[in-house]
Amino acid sequence: MTAVAARNAAEISQRGRLRHVGIRQCTEGIIEWSLWGLTMLSVLTTVAIIAVLVWESTGFFTMAGHDDVTVWSFLTGTTWSPLLGAEPAFGILPLVTGTLLVTAIAGAFAIPVGLLTAVYLSEYASPSTRGWLKSALEILAGVPTVVYGFFALTFITPYLLQPLSESFGTYNAMGAGIAVGIMILPIVCSLSEDSLRAVPQSLRDGAYALGSTKFDVTAKVVVPAGLSGVIAAFLLALTRAIGETMIVALAAGGLAQLTANPSQQVQTMTAYMVQIFLGDAPANGIEYRSSYAVAMTLFALTFAMTWAGAIVLKRYREEYE
Amino acid sequence: MTTIGQEIPIATRRRKDKLMLAACLGATTLAVTVLSVLLLSIFVQGASSLSWSFLTSFASRKPAQAGILSPLMGSLWVCAICALVAIPVGIATAIYLEEYARRSRLRNFIQLNISNLSGVPSIVYGILALAAFGRCFGAISADDPLSLGDPDGFFYLQLPFGRSVLAGGLTLSLVILPIMIIAAQEALRAVPPSLRQAALALGSTRWQMVWKVTLPSAMPTMMTGAILSMSRAIGEAAPLLVVGGVLLLFSVPENLMSDFTVLPLQIYNWAGRPQAEFHKIAAAAIIVQLAVLLAFNAVAIIIRRKLQRPLQS
Repeated sequence: MTAVAARNAAEISQRGRLRHVGIRQCTEGIIEWSLWGLTMLSVLTTVAIIAVLVWESTGFFTMAGHDDVTVWSFLTGTTWSPLLGAEPAFGILPLVTGTLLVTAIAGAFAIPVGLLTAVYLSEYASPSTRGWLKSALEILAGVPTVVYGFFALTFITPYLLQPLSESFGTYNAMGAGIAVGIMILPIVCSLSEDSLRAVPQSLRDGAYALGSTKFDVTAKVVVPAGLSGVIAAFLLALTRAIGETMIVALAAGGLAQLTANPSQQVQTMTAYMVQIFLGDAPANGIEYRSSYAVAMTLFALTFAMTWAGAIVLKRYREEYE
Repeated sequence: MTTIGQEIPIATRRRKDKLMLAACLGATTLAVTVLSVLLLSIFVQGASSLSWSFLTSFASRKPAQAGILSPLMGSLWVCAICALVAIPVGIATAIYLEEYARRSRLRNFIQLNISNLSGVPSIVYGILALAAFGRCFGAISADDPLSLGDPDGFFYLQLPFGRSVLAGGLTLSLVILPIMIIAAQEALRAVPPSLRQAALALGSTRWQMVWKVTLPSAMPTMMTGAILSMSRAIGEAAPLLVVGGVLLLFSVPENLMSDFTVLPLQIYNWAGRPQAEFHKIAAAAIIVQLAVLLAFNAVAIIIRRKLQRPLQS
């Protein structure tokens, strides 16, 4: 590759002499501005997302004939029944607790398993074992989320949960939560492993020289040294869990209720949006508009978590070497 | 650090050490078991429904006759559009950020913005795309669209895009753009600075350096990143569901304005039904989907092995 580059470089110097300098500078300018324009597309995307969400949510809160729907009642209301009954209620708390319940179950599964697997990969496994396990995790990371939803519905709930207790219905928070946990496991694992492996070998050697066992080295030196990266990995994985849609739409059920009981069905914010966009809700009706306010809440929540992750990485990073 | 090796008796420390190894091994075994059970359970459920006619027939109300022709072709169209948009734009953005932009506040802001975008739930992109592509922000009424070309021919466009395959492809390109940018940036960063310095020292302009030196060196890594982003795109269902991918369709796309469905949406549709027969064909469709994904990954690995020679810095 170096030879090719050198040849190209020689060719460039040849041609550069032939071409008029003014034209060249002009082309360079055009290219730089085009690249800048394409870069701005990603900024524009963020601006457009926020604009659409704010605009449509404002439409929801100021809708004529629904004076009882305010930002305050939306954020603190404990009943979410937009489609049922004569008097629809828009209190987002059941959707938020549903989302958090599924996310908590996912985290309770994926964080310990993912971190321990990461420790195994980075501290214990031989290079060949590590290679095999990494490709297995890559497969797991590539599986479409709808497949995990199907797995929750046709395997986790009927074969793992229902034999344990009669109380688990076809749709429940536990099955969906475990499936989401399996989905975020590769994220927790590979990102934590990256940050554990970035800890310099000299730190480990120093601890061993002081007479540490492998447990001491791992738990008291390596993990604390890589902690900022590990926590950022957790936050990123939980953000993915909050925004996960197809698993919960398939396996968590469709009843928005304020419960912490994992055997019950819950509705998450994303699952509600699926219900609305798939259903026949009229495009100007209040229930259709409400999905934008839910999306706004979801966006705010995930955005805050991504920021938190970036801050953890930046502020608490331990720099070595 | 002072507590290490003092106070605690060696037997306790050895026991802790063994427990730690057992816990790590246990967790790893669990992760591998989960993957095996997942693949196995899907294979057992779906293998019997796989056949040639399953790949070449349309959906049906009778599970025994149903096939995945429309979603298969839909996935192909949507992914092709997505690749044509997201890969060039992603590489261009990465080039600007890595090769042109000075270390400024604006650059930091754009970088932070990209990492934030990669954390946005995909269904939110669907909402943006519905407003932007599906409805042109309300600027053009769907009842009175601007059309170009013959509705039955291949070259047909109309604004707003509505529920078309073009809207779907553009939606997915929004979803994977941040992933593509980050992958391309990493590829560019791996190119040794000495190559750039050599090109510049020989009098090349910045773009000549990028086009002739940096890009060729970074290409294999970039293509691997592109394929991995595309494998993310091919599995996405949520944003397409918002933009208007159809759950049940009896045609294949003929032009950019055709209705479409994709494999994950078809799987969602069948998996959501209570009858066990539909679960079987859902599992069969999942096998096809996973086979496509494995093929993608295999290509990525081959590119990585064959083309990526280590660069000496």
